[in-house]
Amino acid sequence: MSRPKPTLASTFCGIECLNPFWLASAPPTNCGEQVMRAFDAGWGGAVWKTIGEPITNVSSRYSSIDWEGRRMMGFNNIELISDRPIEVNLQEIAEVKRRYPKHVVIASLMVESKRESWHDIVQRAEDAGADGLELNFGCPHGMSERGMGSAVGQVPEYCEQITGWVKEKARTPVIVKLTPNISDIRVPARAAKRGGADALSAINTINSITGIDLDTFQPNPNVDGKSSHGGYCGPAVKPIALNMVQQIQADAASVLPLSGIGGIGSWRDATEFILLGCNTVQVCTAAMHYGYRIVEDMQDGLLNWMGEKGFATIEDFRGLSLPNVLEWKQLNLNYQIVARIHKDLCIGCQLCYTACWDGAHQCIHLDRTAAAPDTTRTPGIVEAESARRISTTPIPKLDAETSGRTNAITPLERIPRVDEDHCVGCNLCSLVCPVENCITMERIDKDLPFESWEERVAKGLVPTGASEVMSTNT
Amino acid sequence: MSERVPFPLQIVTAPKVAERFGDLHPPFDRQAAVPEANRCLYCFDAPCTIACPTHIDVPGFIKKIASGNLSGSARTILDANILGASCSRACPVEVLCEGACVMHRYNKQPIQIARLQRFAMDALYESGAPLPFEPGAETGLSVALIGAGPASLACAAELRRRGIRARLYDARPLPGGLNTYGVAEYKLPLVESLREIEMLSQLGVDFHFETRIDASGLAELERKHDAVFLGIGLGAIHQLGVSGEALAGVTNALDLIAGYKSGSLTTVPERVVVVGAGNTAIDAAIAAVRLGAADVRIVYRRGAEQMSAFRFEYEHAKNEGVKFLWHVQPTGVRGDRVVEGIELTKLESTEDGSIVPQMGSEFVLEVDLIVLSIGQATHAAFLFESSSTFGKIQLERGRIVIDRATGQTSYPKFFAGGDCTNGGREVVDAVADGKRAGIGIAKWLEVQYVQT
Repeated sequence: MSRPKPTLASTFCGIECLNPFWLASAPPTNCGEQVMRAFDAGWGGAVWKTIGEPITNVSSRYSSIDWEGRRMMGFNNIELISDRPIEVNLQEIAEVKRRYPKHVVIASLMVESKRESWHDIVQRAEDAGADGLELNFGCPHGMSERGMGSAVGQVPEYCEQITGWVKEKARTPVIVKLTPNISDIRVPARAAKRGGADALSAINTINSITGIDLDTFQPNPNVDGKSSHGGYCGPAVKPIALNMVQQIQADAASVLPLSGIGGIGSWRDATEFILLGCNTVQVCTAAMHYGYRIVEDMQDGLLNWMGEKGFATIEDFRGLSLPNVLEWKQLNLNYQIVARIHKDLCIGCQLCYTACWDGAHQCIHLDRTAAAPDTTRTPGIVEAESARRISTTPIPKLDAETSGRTNAITPLERIPRVDEDHCVGCNLCSLVCPVENCITMERIDKDLPFESWEERVAKGLVPTGASEVMSTNT
Repeated sequence: MSERVPFPLQIVTAPKVAERFGDLHPPFDRQAAVPEANRCLYCFDAPCTIACPTHIDVPGFIKKIASGNLSGSARTILDANILGASCSRACPVEVLCEGACVMHRYNKQPIQIARLQRFAMDALYESGAPLPFEPGAETGLSVALIGAGPASLACAAELRRRGIRARLYDARPLPGGLNTYGVAEYKLPLVESLREIEMLSQLGVDFHFETRIDASGLAELERKHDAVFLGIGLGAIHQLGVSGEALAGVTNALDLIAGYKSGSLTTVPERVVVVGAGNTAIDAAIAAVRLGAADVRIVYRRGAEQMSAFRFEYEHAKNEGVKFLWHVQPTGVRGDRVVEGIELTKLESTEDGSIVPQMGSEFVLEVDLIVLSIGQATHAAFLFESSSTFGKIQLERGRIVIDRATGQTSYPKFFAGGDCTNGGREVVDAVADGKRAGIGIAKWLEVQYVQT
């Protein structure tokens, strides 16, 4: 049976999309010339850099976190909305739509919190040909001090009210972009939904200070020796974004078509967001790092994966992971796994040993060659024994027994042993192990039926008071 | 004490010939060192650390390079190995730390530990910071150290850090022993050896050069000091014991290496034969190539499997164009006033495993220079020359017998380490011996003096 040829085309709150890959409202969508080059590269849509009363930016305005030689693991900016006149932006939107009628152009908007101002900008953006509107209620720096951006997003009443004003006027779909700088993302999401929003996008950037220069004591990004809190994004924020996306999708009062944002740099990242229910994804940092060309692999990789899995459209797998995210109290307490170290793969670095002793539950031991299991030997004892060892340089002619020794096989005494009876299945050893598949977590059959905390509470096995404490995340 | 000229300034600026001996392993720049440091897994109870005779905390110093803590990195190295700079260049890391790296069992490319160690040490020197240790509070105790090679230097460092005076006596004009005079220039340049020892001298080590200690001198030192450390290394290079050996044009590997390193030897003739196949023989053969010889051969009485040179040294020599002649034995040197040829006989092994000359296989190789590198005698014999006390120091096959953990000889006031105890090993083995002896002496002295 031949599988259907997959397509990336989809619909998002009524907007037809060539593919789900959009550029987020940011420097990569600053002007028409950029957006058209992005469309040529393969991006399906672009959310225009936020239009409003032009501002003046500072320099510098970006900073980043490098990690073990990789650049821009996390990225931070204190750049504001567009610094170009509203008219110029609108003219260019019109030009882009004229030349690229099938590509999506969303106008990101931010104006002062007045009904007339919003009505005016909505009208003008739609007249220019925008396919939809994204309300920037998320920008955490600069604009928030002026009562805009996250100053709106953090107050549900404002969020609902302004969304309502926009809906009074708008003929195209209205997307509300949410700020993560809030304790519960569902609060502003519900407000936007109450205000009539057609869709949501999340997350905007997270308040951050990326670092301090240890020579000058000045924080980054450096503006004449001073700095300010900025918006954090890039690969480092993806886990936070995924959690917020799931929270919105799992909440009936919040759920709307969603455009996922936050650390998306590849088709894999995008697919994770879609599996949690997103319809489209928005990319910024990765495009700022590597340029528009990254979209080629995003499309290609997603199509290949869909082909392998037998998915014809994005709707076929959208949200499939949502049922797998539960509250802690619903998880199976009787599921038990233990670590197994595959000694044919072990290279003897013993990171699992010291991680288990110092960082986890003291269930890994160095006693493979001992006559009997020895669970009393601590890392400190092992190190002291090594320090007392007298080593010499082996000379082939003099030390015949050592010279023939090969380093291709890990000596048994260096391969740690898991005490399976005590292993709690925490997973730390397999996470620190540098060799793929060397430590696997294996299920041990205890012949116990599924049982969750919630069920134990229901059976009266634990006091209900405790169950209230456990559900802080709901 | 009069103003002392720093050791590196006591040599004429690097001899011209040094230009031909470029770095065997060029230094890292920062852009390369940091990613390499990040590649280190930070093993627990790391095999590289165990394999190092001085037990440098290798993952520890490497992580400090990754974090930009270069002074901390250098301190971690020096804490375990006071000659960390020369060891980073001269160590046979292929059979030590890098040979033990677990990466061999993973992606097959070990962490370049030696180059990282050199990176940290170079950074320390370039920063102009002093040695990161201070001498301990003076105890009034003193130790005489015979020989100023790696073993004595390491021993002296431990003693000084514990407030014990260290007096070094050496027959040569400069300190360092084989580090200064005997390690091939492309591994360890002479000036680098001296730079390191200059730094060590900040601990207040007392040097006495061009002082040869005989039996009576030793007896006097024993009287004047609380303990004596013997770091006397090895003696003269063995002779072949064949006719014509005294002709001009017969030299030995150590003289050849010391000669070109100190600038007194700048060229060699066309055809060179090196007798012996140890690491020193390899160094001499490569030196001959770089000094301009067109035809360099190593002759050895056994096969490639039995030579004492490391495999990578052998490969290196072949790459430099050195040719090897196996299973031959020199039986004579030909020449009138200078060497003209070397008489060789092929050898074959018999059923009982011994090797015997092959009848009628004699032949002559025309050569201009013969370099002997067939092992060194010990010169511990002078310990027996006079008074009975020294007779108590136990020897075995000419080597001084010591307690490995403390360096103590059978005569408690005497400690020893390095080549005179192990018959000739690597710099790092001598450093490890010296370090253990320094700690051992301090502990022994504490027991001697605290109890009274």
